[in-house]
Amino acid sequence: MNNLRRFISITQLLRTIQSKSWVPRQCNMTSTAINQSLYNFSEDERMLKETVARFGKEHVEPYVREMEEAGGFKPELIQAIFDQGWLGIEIPTEYGGSGFNLFSSILAIEEGSKIDSAFGGLIDLQNTVVNPFFIQLANDAQKATYLPRLAKNMVGSFCLSEPTSGSDAFSLKTTAKKQGDYYILNGTKMWISNAEISGVYLVMANLNPQAKHKGISTFIVDRDTEGLRIGKREKKLGLKASSTCMVHFDDCKVPAKNLLGKEGEGYKYAISMLNEGRIGIAAQMIGICQGTFDKTIPYTKERKQFGQRIFDFQGMQHQIASLATEIEAARLLTYNAARLRDAKLPFVKEAAMAKLYASELAGKVTSKCIDFMGGLGFSCEYPQEKFFRDCKVGTIYEGTSNMQLNTIAKFIDNLER
Amino acid sequence: MAIRILVGVKRAIDYAVKIQVKTDKTGVVTDGVKHSMNPFDEIAVEEAIRLKEKKIAQEIIAVSCGPAQCQETLRTALALGADRAIHVEVSGKDYEMLQPLAVSKLISAIAKKENVDLILLGKQAIDDDSNQTGQMVAGLLSWPQAVFASKVDIKDKQAEVVREIDGGLETIRVKLPAVITADLRLNQPRFANLPSIQKAKKKPMAKMSPKDLGVDIKPHLEYLSYEEPPKRQGGGRVSSVDELISKLKEKGLI
Repeated sequence: MNNLRRFISITQLLRTIQSKSWVPRQCNMTSTAINQSLYNFSEDERMLKETVARFGKEHVEPYVREMEEAGGFKPELIQAIFDQGWLGIEIPTEYGGSGFNLFSSILAIEEGSKIDSAFGGLIDLQNTVVNPFFIQLANDAQKATYLPRLAKNMVGSFCLSEPTSGSDAFSLKTTAKKQGDYYILNGTKMWISNAEISGVYLVMANLNPQAKHKGISTFIVDRDTEGLRIGKREKKLGLKASSTCMVHFDDCKVPAKNLLGKEGEGYKYAISMLNEGRIGIAAQMIGICQGTFDKTIPYTKERKQFGQRIFDFQGMQHQIASLATEIEAARLLTYNAARLRDAKLPFVKEAAMAKLYASELAGKVTSKCIDFMGGLGFSCEYPQEKFFRDCKVGTIYEGTSNMQLNTIAKFIDNLER
Repeated sequence: MAIRILVGVKRAIDYAVKIQVKTDKTGVVTDGVKHSMNPFDEIAVEEAIRLKEKKIAQEIIAVSCGPAQCQETLRTALALGADRAIHVEVSGKDYEMLQPLAVSKLISAIAKKENVDLILLGKQAIDDDSNQTGQMVAGLLSWPQAVFASKVDIKDKQAEVVREIDGGLETIRVKLPAVITADLRLNQPRFANLPSIQKAKKKPMAKMSPKDLGVDIKPHLEYLSYEEPPKRQGGGRVSSVDELISKLKEKGLI
């Protein structure tokens, strides 16, 4: 289960954002290329998308149920994903990554999630949450130490949520105290994805609780640090192959050079980094929608009742067409948010809309697909019920739907007329 | 002395697509249908790359004959590890009528021009299942051929190839330059990883026409019609060998 990250105060955040009039967004005006469609991929993007799809079908799909039962991926599979370069997509080439854009990550996440939500989720977390922190905020020494490993063979975890703070993320209670050349961390983090397999943890802790959220700082904590303990695995409704644990910090001694960025700016980093993560979750959700849909429609064309294919009943056709339209809309929202981000244009509202819409839709699509499958939809022999359970977390993690609605409303509130 | 390899790749309808015959029986529907590299050609490319990794080969040239979309297939070959690509542009009606003999002539012309030591091809394409191009290239060049390869060992300008034939496995030794066609069990092709996809962008792709190679690609066969195979009839169950034999006799089959 991923962290529940939240803005401490939307108003405070939005004071840093300029108000916008409601005009269609001007795209990169220096480009002479005509924007054809959001499906206009570059050759690299197309190749990546196809490769992930094929790999997923051949190397992940046969083991999906097995991984769910085991509560994790086989280490060989994780290394194979690393070897393909899919966990360092945006890491610059000088650090061993591929230097691609966010949109490429989004395509990889979507294709992965069509096969298995945890497969897509692994690609999502590393590329849209963990790596950006290092790429955008780390100093040269930290980049040189961590980025090559993150690209090659080390999974990372992001630790923000705690038992008493989810949406109200910045009321976190984990403390950090400077002592000579170390920071001593104390506290407990909850819902940490990949905690069992990660080699590095990005931990948000408060150096100065008196200053409230302005004391929050970000620390890079290696797995073998004294005082860091991984708690037991959570038993979850879905996304079981992505293990989630508590992480305990008991007088955890973190070297001072492992402070990421500046003291007291952690909350700002969290807010800005997590916007990208939001697009990643949207991609995971649209992958689940399309994956479930693609596995259900062929059945409706084979299954006959009352002397005809169930697909041929007008009632079914209307529902199917309606879902297909909504999935298309969710995908375009997601792709557009990613393109905006790559063009370095404002994208926060669009990212929130994409995540909100896609995650809510996934619940609806998977539920309806179970209906279309009839009794078989309820059986564990078929994939629909797994997609149904897996997608539920989408409306919760990386910002609940209510929080996304708050965000979008504030943007609208701030428009000049 | 490391050898130079020419690998032929064909853009064919993807194996997972459900084929639809055109209503006028002149062919199958290809518009808007997913195409990808012929699976046997992927195996050929993989073998070439492995030879390069073993330092037996020093250069891999990928070639494809067809319309502009073939460049996607060639880019995939580059992303897998080929060093450069040649696109022989054949489009429209010419492409619809392009047959194995013409392709063999084109590949032979390029092999001579590039002075390669080995031609690796897929044993057949999954769209027409002709299984002719490799054999005809060898014939046109008067080179030895080792087709249906399930194992290839190259040493001292000779190739020892295990062939899958009806009776089992046959091992032959051929002198290079030669033509080898890949069968299913030759190897398991890799996935193009991101760093290779990135490197592929910088690799050169040359374009030429059949005229540039002095090849006449006119067809020699006329396809009369395309039809779907007859729909599968339901079978029947029998409860004993005797009943089976009497049923077969009834149907006049034995």
